[in-house]
Amino acid sequence: MQMKTIIIKLCFIFVCTFSSTSIVYSKDVIKIGTLLPYSGVYTVLGEEITNAMILAFDEVNNSINGHIIEVIKGDTEVKPNIALQKARKLISSDKVDILVGPVSSSVALAIRDVVVQSKTPLIIPNAGANVLTGKKCSKFITRISFSNYQINAPMGTWLAEHGIKTAFLLAPDYAAGKEMMAAFKTTFEEAGGKILGEEYTPFRKTKDFAPYLARVKNSGADAVYVFYAGGEAINFIKQAYSFGLGKVMKITGAGWTTSPLFIPAQKEAAIGFIGSLNYVPSINTEENKTFIKAYKSKFGRSPSEFAVQGYDSGKVIIEAISSLFGSIKDKDKLAEAIRTISITGPRGPLTIDPKTNNVIQNIYIFEVVNGEQGPELKVLDTIEAVKAPGEGCNL
Amino acid sequence: MILIQFLNALQFSMTLFLLAVGLTIIFGLMKIVNLAHGSLYMIGAYIGLSIFNYTESFWLALIFSPIFTALIGAFLYTFLFRHIQNADPMKQVLLTFGLIYIGLDSVRLLWGTMSHSISTPSILSNPVLLIDEPYPAYRLFVITVGLLVLFSLYVILEKTKIGAKVRASVDDPETAQLLQINTDKILFYTFALGCGLAGLAGITVAPILGVEPGMDMEVLVLTLIVVVVGGPGSLKGALIGSLLIGFVDSFGKVYIPQLAQIIIYAVMALTLLFKPDGLYKR
Repeated sequence: MQMKTIIIKLCFIFVCTFSSTSIVYSKDVIKIGTLLPYSGVYTVLGEEITNAMILAFDEVNNSINGHIIEVIKGDTEVKPNIALQKARKLISSDKVDILVGPVSSSVALAIRDVVVQSKTPLIIPNAGANVLTGKKCSKFITRISFSNYQINAPMGTWLAEHGIKTAFLLAPDYAAGKEMMAAFKTTFEEAGGKILGEEYTPFRKTKDFAPYLARVKNSGADAVYVFYAGGEAINFIKQAYSFGLGKVMKITGAGWTTSPLFIPAQKEAAIGFIGSLNYVPSINTEENKTFIKAYKSKFGRSPSEFAVQGYDSGKVIIEAISSLFGSIKDKDKLAEAIRTISITGPRGPLTIDPKTNNVIQNIYIFEVVNGEQGPELKVLDTIEAVKAPGEGCNL
Repeated sequence: MILIQFLNALQFSMTLFLLAVGLTIIFGLMKIVNLAHGSLYMIGAYIGLSIFNYTESFWLALIFSPIFTALIGAFLYTFLFRHIQNADPMKQVLLTFGLIYIGLDSVRLLWGTMSHSISTPSILSNPVLLIDEPYPAYRLFVITVGLLVLFSLYVILEKTKIGAKVRASVDDPETAQLLQINTDKILFYTFALGCGLAGLAGITVAPILGVEPGMDMEVLVLTLIVVVVGGPGSLKGALIGSLLIGFVDSFGKVYIPQLAQIIIYAVMALTLLFKPDGLYKR
């Protein structure tokens, strides 16, 4: 009796195993590896990007030309050395077909060589260091987010044309902060503006901006141009408001400073800020409305520009693999398919610059105004098809 | 401009004082460096955030978050700190260090990873004009809270019998025990008080600096510097250290911004070079 049950059980197990293996082998799996922060200071960004990318895959029922999409998460912890280990693991043991990541530029530079040597196509959904599509560019690396230059350069020209003659620069003391200020400075000075002073605050160590605010105020500039993100952005905007800075000069800067992620905490203090960004929630297109609705219903909150970058990464992957009719084994062809893609996402039309592999996109100049449900970003101007110069790169 | 910077520095010093005083009392009484002190500051801010979100009243948050933090302190003392008082210093450090991780992950689990903020109460949200320069009223309030705590601690410690017992236990625990002072009870209350003050620091700065995971480590390092510079275990040292570090940091950022990152470390190094036991040796 017992023997019989065992045999029956064994048969059952065999049947199950064989049938399940036959399912797996009947279709190829497309493995997407992420190299994003799921712990540490940028966790929210990692979550937003992954959520939105998975949303894009859900829209095609997780399959492209009959191949199932499998997402394998790699947590970079925003540490270059950890990210490098995870990149090696995803490439050699998980054998992923495409990598998506990272958020931070220092991490991107750390994993760059491993990615290029293994010819694994990498889609960058955030990291903005100019060199990634400049001196360090590669046909295997496609950036669909932005370069630091791309977001800030249009603001220099625009502000100078709209009555701002002098500006004071304020940003965190690290590579991205300096690149953004440099981009703004170049175009602002070309358009006849004058920089009255600049200050770089200790990165992620500055919580109290009061000492700097007094300096900015005393400079007598027409505007202060800043870049902050996360807790620093919330603190800067709230403190500038409490010191009445907006009453003596225009507060302007890279748009992340008043990202929809931070505005709920900044509240009325954000009103009057003028910034530039590659996405604002108020873009009036079908693609954007559908995206916002889908994201809200799945994750219960409004998407940020980071989510949009994750969603577009997913879209690019789907389009590129469909254009190859699902054949992904030739990595050169896959990389080529990714870098010749053009899609229209929530933020508008996107193409990849063939010279640098950086995205060409619209930049939106916005002002934070009082809306029906609290402060919102109102588009003042759209600068179409902005490119990044990508010095030192010629693909 | 100087007046504004002076007030900024004073406000920062008062926050540092609220933190350093708790850490230094605990060190003086127990010879334990409580590395989880920053975590209590963070938890104080988060508890305040929840009370604020629930009741929409900053004042309730201001009153109850230090009380809850003190209760957490009392709990930690009863179940952990009391048992490691005579343990090997390495064990003490590892235990309190472990608490940092537990604190950080609990906060992430309960409140998520986003940065939060608490609105300034409406009566304090408009700037006050000080000789034609607007200054945030809320910062003046923080200075006032700090000064009040300083004054109350001074009165309690210097003018009351309980204060005398606490001082005695800090200065010479063995003799105090011989004189039939119940040092264990004193330890319990002062430990809880120290933690409550850390919570008070957390909730008072929350409207200025926001609430986010990781705020614990930032202040832990600063508080340790203040305690080391002032002289570990010394209450006057905690005050002098807070003022020194607060003023050097705030004025340094304005007048020599290039050195903003290192200036307080330089002050600490110099102090240790000339006064290895801190400015106010007990």
